[in-house]
Amino acid sequence: MAVISGARLARAPLLTGALATLIAAAMLLPLAYLVIRVWGAGQEAWDVISDSRTIETLVRTAWLALTVTVASVALAVPLAWLTVRTDLPFRSAWSVLLVLPLAIPSYVGAFAFVSALAPQGLIQDVLEPLGVDELPGIYGFRGAWLVLTLFTFPYVLLPVRATLRGIDPSFAEASRSLGKSAWSTFFRVTLPQLRPAIAAGALLVALYTLSDFGAVSILRFDSLTRVIYIQYTSAFDRTSAAALSLLLVALAMVVVVIEGATRGRARYYGSGRRGEAPPVALGKWRWPALAFCFAVVAIALALPLSVIGYWLVRGFEAGLSWDHVREAAVNSAYASSLAAVAAVLAALPVTVLVVRHRSVGSSLLEKATYTGFALPGIVIALALVFFASNYATVLYQTLALLVFAYVVRFLPEALGATRSALVQVNPSTEEAARNLGKRPWEVFSRITVPQMLPGISAGWILVFLTVMKELPVTLLLAPTDFRTLATEVWSASSNAFFAQAALPALILVAISAIPMFVTVLREREAA
Amino acid sequence: MRFVKFAIAAFVLAAVGILVACGGGDDSGAESPSATQDGTPADELTGSVTIYSGRGEELVGPVIEMFEQATGIDVQVRYGETAEMAATILEEGENSPADVYFGQDAGALGALAEEGRLSELPDELLDRVPAPYRSPDGVWVGISGRARVVAYNTDAIDPETDLPNSILDFTDRQWDGRIGWPPTNGSFQSFVTALREIEGEDGARAWLEGIQANNATDYDNNTSALEAVARGEVDVAFINHYYLFRFLEEVGESYGARNYYLAGGDPGALVNVAGVGILDTSSNRPAAEAFVDFMLAAEAQTFFANETFEYPLVEGIPTHPDLLPLAEIEPPDIDLSDLDDLDGTLELLFDTGVLP
Repeated sequence: MAVISGARLARAPLLTGALATLIAAAMLLPLAYLVIRVWGAGQEAWDVISDSRTIETLVRTAWLALTVTVASVALAVPLAWLTVRTDLPFRSAWSVLLVLPLAIPSYVGAFAFVSALAPQGLIQDVLEPLGVDELPGIYGFRGAWLVLTLFTFPYVLLPVRATLRGIDPSFAEASRSLGKSAWSTFFRVTLPQLRPAIAAGALLVALYTLSDFGAVSILRFDSLTRVIYIQYTSAFDRTSAAALSLLLVALAMVVVVIEGATRGRARYYGSGRRGEAPPVALGKWRWPALAFCFAVVAIALALPLSVIGYWLVRGFEAGLSWDHVREAAVNSAYASSLAAVAAVLAALPVTVLVVRHRSVGSSLLEKATYTGFALPGIVIALALVFFASNYATVLYQTLALLVFAYVVRFLPEALGATRSALVQVNPSTEEAARNLGKRPWEVFSRITVPQMLPGISAGWILVFLTVMKELPVTLLLAPTDFRTLATEVWSASSNAFFAQAALPALILVAISAIPMFVTVLREREAA
Repeated sequence: MRFVKFAIAAFVLAAVGILVACGGGDDSGAESPSATQDGTPADELTGSVTIYSGRGEELVGPVIEMFEQATGIDVQVRYGETAEMAATILEEGENSPADVYFGQDAGALGALAEEGRLSELPDELLDRVPAPYRSPDGVWVGISGRARVVAYNTDAIDPETDLPNSILDFTDRQWDGRIGWPPTNGSFQSFVTALREIEGEDGARAWLEGIQANNATDYDNNTSALEAVARGEVDVAFINHYYLFRFLEEVGESYGARNYYLAGGDPGALVNVAGVGILDTSSNRPAAEAFVDFMLAAEAQTFFANETFEYPLVEGIPTHPDLLPLAEIEPPDIDLSDLDDLDGTLELLFDTGVLP
């Protein structure tokens, strides 16, 4: 067991470096598109950016991202610890349920929240006889903050869970044997080891908040992304939209740099021993812990699902149509699996470069991969429409391009998870294998990757869940007639056929539950 | 070892998937050019036509199916939001696979026309629709009409006594905190353009500021505004007429909102259109024209009247019995083609802070 500060650096192997560079270059396509759009419109673009209202919007957006991130971490870390390291009752069930809010598309979730919590909404109808005639307002900052926190905290939960499971229990055992309490052990021994995972998850939450359109538009919070959409959809003004998008990228880079600084440089390599330490007994704390899990699941999952369920009942009365739903479900699961595999594979070379061969170049390269995730989906979609229809006609509107677009949009989700996993892998085991004459590829696939598995599967699940619900890129880039559950939900709800939207929405959440369910089952087997 | 096998399997699966997808792409890529090359009169109505639809599948899917059955033309439809589909066509440039653009409002059609992306339609098609509902340059034609209405909450409002005769009167202080509107919506913006035409720039500004002073609530779209009216979050909302009828079908007569039509040529009684245009880069014009022709024929017009509760624009097609007939609406006396100054409207909306 050793705590080593700073990784031992080796010169980056050519192949890894080349692959990672290629991947990062692909991730920069949206940025290239924005520069092309703004090019030659210098003054107009500058006017848009330097407008005082734009600055206000920027500040407002940054504040939302910050508060959502803080709240998500505060919610996710205790939940992860409770479901991995304690004897909380039903922790497998909680593990699955607590990740599912991520599967609810934000436009559906926000709409459900409004139906339920808005003045005279469903909840108030229920509470009215009890004398409650006014609920706190849901619109504006408060609503956007609440909804985005509830639907993004699993971004932190998943990597933290994965890291907790990968932590060598000897650290905590040593602390406890030295007489430290469970609390003190958590804060002084476990939490520091979680730092890379928390930072990685927090980064995803912050960038997702910057890019989200569904929730802010329905809850009427004028974030930068909403303003960008308004430029596209009302003004058909691609120059202003591109200028504002560049501003969003700049804000995102600030966030990425902050994350890089908070990630921490310490490495915590275990002795190679993993698996379950005896769980922490909660004792009488189990009741508040249960209540906490229950409350989060009730608000973030049960509430939106009940509203969708209510639409479904309304739909049964109006006559539901199963047309297309099965086809859409198969397409969604297929495209999401492909995208998740592709994203994880693309994340691996970048991860290796960033963790094992740290340099200014590799750090810049890593930051470049984050641009796509911070941009609104419509920008990514139009950028790839532009490049593919003009320079890769053969690929335009094919599944291959769609999967590529998903990777451009969601690679950071896989990257965050694989990176925090590799940070935990002790290079000395790799060195030992190399000294025994194994080739680098063999060492990587047989020694490194198996140790990274919890992180790899967390990354896969994250990408899978978000691609399942992805809408703007799917609408513009999917092969013609390629329906997904998300497009079915959109198609029905945008025309006020809510009953028709309910069925694909529920199936979307159900399918999203499968990978997390399988993961939890395997964890139990391993235990 | 197990992981390596898994990784290889996953990689192969991904590679196969991508190859299959590329193969599919080659097919569709090959189809449309062939239609151009042998576009002889003999096979005028063969091949396929690609439609970019800003209208949802629930609204137009069945009509497109009817068209396929009637003509044997294979139709590829890409559904999306009206504005995003227009933006996509602009990004695709000359390589756009689209033959036809089907837009939800005249503004988006106007934006494509302004960029020179729509080509002139034959008079034979244009003439079937009254002049106010088609492009002055003959590059797009309205298919169905949608009227602006004031949706009101049935508990809070008695339409006989409580509602004014003009949209202008909603600036009265008694409406403080009771109004909802969807400022990002295309039909709403067309209405503001009409207001500028009729009341002048200052009149329109005064109205927007007056409604803002009454603390109007912004909604994302017509649907959320209507839902807000129905549950009583606001008492009235300025939206299009047809959303109500979907809710009446789903929820029944108990639904908490109804439509109120303003009278006497009021700007608030504007009738807008959903319409189509043929792209300048279309590779199969005959089939595209056949599609426009079909949308203006009795079968499709009747579908829009009965299934989507819109107004048929071709004469002689009866309006749905639950709707106030188009003839009785008394829309303001202006052509939709006069509403092409969307830029001016947006400037006003941004300037007054109605749009952020």
